[in-house]
Amino acid sequence: MSINEVTVRKVANLARIALSDTEVVALVPEFNALLDWVNQLGEVNVAGVQPMTAVIANALRLREDIVTDGNVRDKVLANAPAAQHGFFGVPKVIE
Amino acid sequence: MTVITDLGIAQIRDGFRNGRFSATEVASAFNAAVAGAGALNAVLVATPDHALAAADVADRERASGVFRPLSGVPIGMKDLFCTVGVPATAASHILEGFVPPYESTVSGKLWAAGAGMLGKLNMDQFAMGSSNETSAFGNVISPWKRNDGGNAALTPGGSSGGSSSAIAAHIVPAATGTDTGGSIRQPAAFTGICGIKPTYGRCSRFGIVAFASSLDQAGAMARDVRDCAILLEAMAGFDPKDSTSLDAPVPHWEAALSGNLKGKRIGIPKEYHAEGMPAEIEALWQQGIAWLKDAGAEIVNVSLPHTKYALPAYYVIAPAEASSNLARYDGVRYGLRDLPEGAGLQDMYAATRAAGFGAEVKRRIMLGTFVLSSGYYDAYYTQAMKVRTLIAQDFDKAWEQCDLLLTPTAPSAAFGLGEPQEDPLAMYLNDVFTVPASMAGLPAMSVPGGLSALGLPLGLQIIGKAFDEQGALNACLALEERAGFTARAEKWW
Repeated sequence: MSINEVTVRKVANLARIALSDTEVVALVPEFNALLDWVNQLGEVNVAGVQPMTAVIANALRLREDIVTDGNVRDKVLANAPAAQHGFFGVPKVIE
Repeated sequence: MTVITDLGIAQIRDGFRNGRFSATEVASAFNAAVAGAGALNAVLVATPDHALAAADVADRERASGVFRPLSGVPIGMKDLFCTVGVPATAASHILEGFVPPYESTVSGKLWAAGAGMLGKLNMDQFAMGSSNETSAFGNVISPWKRNDGGNAALTPGGSSGGSSSAIAAHIVPAATGTDTGGSIRQPAAFTGICGIKPTYGRCSRFGIVAFASSLDQAGAMARDVRDCAILLEAMAGFDPKDSTSLDAPVPHWEAALSGNLKGKRIGIPKEYHAEGMPAEIEALWQQGIAWLKDAGAEIVNVSLPHTKYALPAYYVIAPAEASSNLARYDGVRYGLRDLPEGAGLQDMYAATRAAGFGAEVKRRIMLGTFVLSSGYYDAYYTQAMKVRTLIAQDFDKAWEQCDLLLTPTAPSAAFGLGEPQEDPLAMYLNDVFTVPASMAGLPAMSVPGGLSALGLPLGLQIIGKAFDEQGALNACLALEERAGFTARAEKWW
């Protein structure tokens, strides 16, 4: 299977990474080389094999449904590039 | 006269307890070593005050006869760990300026054990790399040089390359590392030090910047096996804040160290005789077999038939998890924001991530996004997860014949910075011997075995069964006792 510029742009959009035209062109052969190499996985007979879900058998724990954290608004906002009025600031989403 | 910076964890701990020196003297000596080693670029943020504050507490506690496991011992901290009030960047521009308001569980345990921090250590960006060349803050330089008269700057390995360089240069006695596909073991091998990745889940992932959550595991790096055992013991333990944390007691690894391998069966996996592997790596492996026999172990030949598929499966699974984990870097909550004139929210995300992530990180996010995307998910991601099951089953079958596995750690000695970077695939092959154990969540350790023809360190790897860090530590101790590795890089920095 071969990846073209259209696919690279689509993936970049899904990943929310802006790419220049030059970057898109450069990524096409790189992507294809990696996928050609990864495609050898298709040789493996996986009939009846379950996909791995946990490397070490370890039951997911449940805990009491109670608040264990909170009241740290200022700490949460301390690293925000544009905190305003106690909220995360973002550009206008709806006109 | 004792040179304090030549001492390891056990020697510092014991010397401090015996009153040979104060913790403040130790911290000051290492702080000075860190300050004088700028040329290595191993340290992103020096934290001399942190080390001195911990030393002050240790000195005052000593006066009243109180000793904690790491009282008086300062260490280096890979920049992937969040520590309160000290910038953490994961060596990426996208986290520049981020100051964690919380403490990673592992670092918190180390401070509670009495350790202090000398600095946050450079690394491959988001731990993605095997040479430390993907750091946004410049390459880390290995203290080692080839003996060919050239002056080529060499890689300290990656991704924990700041840790390995700093330990090999004696500017820290030990450091934390993290290992997703070999990021503790390969840099340890390249710099002539020891490094252990424990069983997946031994060390909490809480507060460690995430790369591939089903593979990421913190571990210990130091100049000998005993020091790794001590450090790992202080780092490990159950944490309710990590859903995959192992709810099991931490064994007393140091107390149970023994290089006597009588009754142990060591497997030699035939698939690790990689095509084109340098003769000196093969020779070291044979030497390792002889050393383990000498320690009383029985050697058995085993097969791990899916070995060749571990690396391609890793390069589906790790990027897939990375693409999901790194979705959090959006320019809203922390780190960099790039807001082009008149841009909307979606454009801000894309511009921020374009400006903040390095080329290798973008490559892996893109690859991961692709293998998880509609129409490709089953062919790539599900297939890789099935292959991962087979890789784990290979190990299960091997354990019917043996207790531990011996392999080389890396397919070559350290290479020059800039040498294989042109081809991402060639770089990925560095991890060919370390990735399989990561895929199966097994404990694995690298120990120095000898020097290459060019005078560079080469490592041997021991892989253990799940939960058997002790077996790996003990076999590495047996190798260490016989290798007598005392070579060290001549100071040029």
